[in-house]
Amino acid sequence: MSGFRFTRAAIDGTALRTELLDHHCGGYASFEGWVRDHNEGHAVRHLEYEAFEPLGNKEGERIIAEAISRFGVTRAVCEHRIGDLALGDVAVWVGVSSPHRDEAFKACRFIIDEVKHRVPIWKKEHYVNGDSGWVNCERCAADATAHAPDHTHGHGHHDHD
Amino acid sequence: MTAVLKGLVLSGGRSTRMQRDKAVLEYGGETQLDRAMRLLGEQVSEVYVSVRADQVSEPARAKYRQIVDSHDGTSPIAKGPAAGILAAQAADPQAAWLVLACDLPQLDAQTLATLIAARNTQHTATAFRSAHGGLPEPLCAIYEPASAPLLAAFVAGGRDCPRKFLLNSDTLLLDQPNPKALDNVNTPDEFKAVSAALAPAVDAREIRVQYFALLREQARCSEESVQSAAATPRELFAELTARHGFTLPQDMLKVAINTEFADWSQPLKAGDAVVFIPPVAGG
Repeated sequence: MSGFRFTRAAIDGTALRTELLDHHCGGYASFEGWVRDHNEGHAVRHLEYEAFEPLGNKEGERIIAEAISRFGVTRAVCEHRIGDLALGDVAVWVGVSSPHRDEAFKACRFIIDEVKHRVPIWKKEHYVNGDSGWVNCERCAADATAHAPDHTHGHGHHDHD
Repeated sequence: MTAVLKGLVLSGGRSTRMQRDKAVLEYGGETQLDRAMRLLGEQVSEVYVSVRADQVSEPARAKYRQIVDSHDGTSPIAKGPAAGILAAQAADPQAAWLVLACDLPQLDAQTLATLIAARNTQHTATAFRSAHGGLPEPLCAIYEPASAPLLAAFVAGGRDCPRKFLLNSDTLLLDQPNPKALDNVNTPDEFKAVSAALAPAVDAREIRVQYFALLREQARCSEESVQSAAATPRELFAELTARHGFTLPQDMLKVAINTEFADWSQPLKAGDAVVFIPPVAGG
């Protein structure tokens, strides 16, 4: 089973955890990203994720491989959900097992950070007031139109959580 | 007896305005130096590259026969092109030298053939009139053996501008068959302009484009096939922005070609699948 994958169904962390079980490992760390009810002062009603899956899978696998070689962990898995998500749903799950806890924590943190910045996944927030917007896109587009002088044209720079 | 004609390509400039070594600038996949050596090699059997002592082992120059600027006291201390010409004349005083700058991306075989056909050994030199002002063009010109002592004396007198040397010599002046052939390229802006002009025209061909997120909504479709002559994804994105009114600036996006991240200047081929990647927001 590959270390990185997309799913349209609800993420089952308990099932994913069993993929990481290994008698060689004494530590396990996991991270769940949840859909929350607010962002930047807006009340959020639900979220919509979409991904460019063929490239997302490649880049996700590269991130898993980097985490394993960089931190020497034994196993690592990341699953990202796409489609419509309700408040409280798990949007992304990362789990790592390793002989000792320190590498597990570090690799877990590394994977979620890299996934957020590198994997072609987009998130649209639907607000309670009826508006909606693509996170990291709308403001960039507006700033570019306004020629905001201090705007940094980085990729995925406006990180919200 | 007519002196044998040898070729000398000058590559020693410091390229201060270009801010990178002009000899290795590429047009259509060929460096300027390779191009100049090739064109001159088609006309003259023995061609050398003129280098400064500190350039001898640079890979772009090391593959050619070289003539190194000499500062060993056997010739007057000269700077710039005059140093290269004097070094060649010192290396073979019996030869006539066709001296060519390497930074003439629009130089064509016809221009060199015209120069060689019109060469008149009764003159000290044979050169073209500049298309900009009519002065002699010193860096696509033939210097007869008789010019060697004159140039040495000119430099010894504290001057080193080869154009002024030709102006003050018995130079046969010709009209250029192609007025742009000797326009040189000194700045990044000039390089860009000439690169665009020299780029081979691309026929429109089919490119598949997939859209995501904000771009999908603005294009009102998740994919389309476009007939485009865009040479690169950068040009394609500009075209599609004009068509669909995309609000994201290109420098905020990444691009993928055939499901792998790509450079904005990667050449596009027929049938390529292109995805423009807006700022991502996973997690």
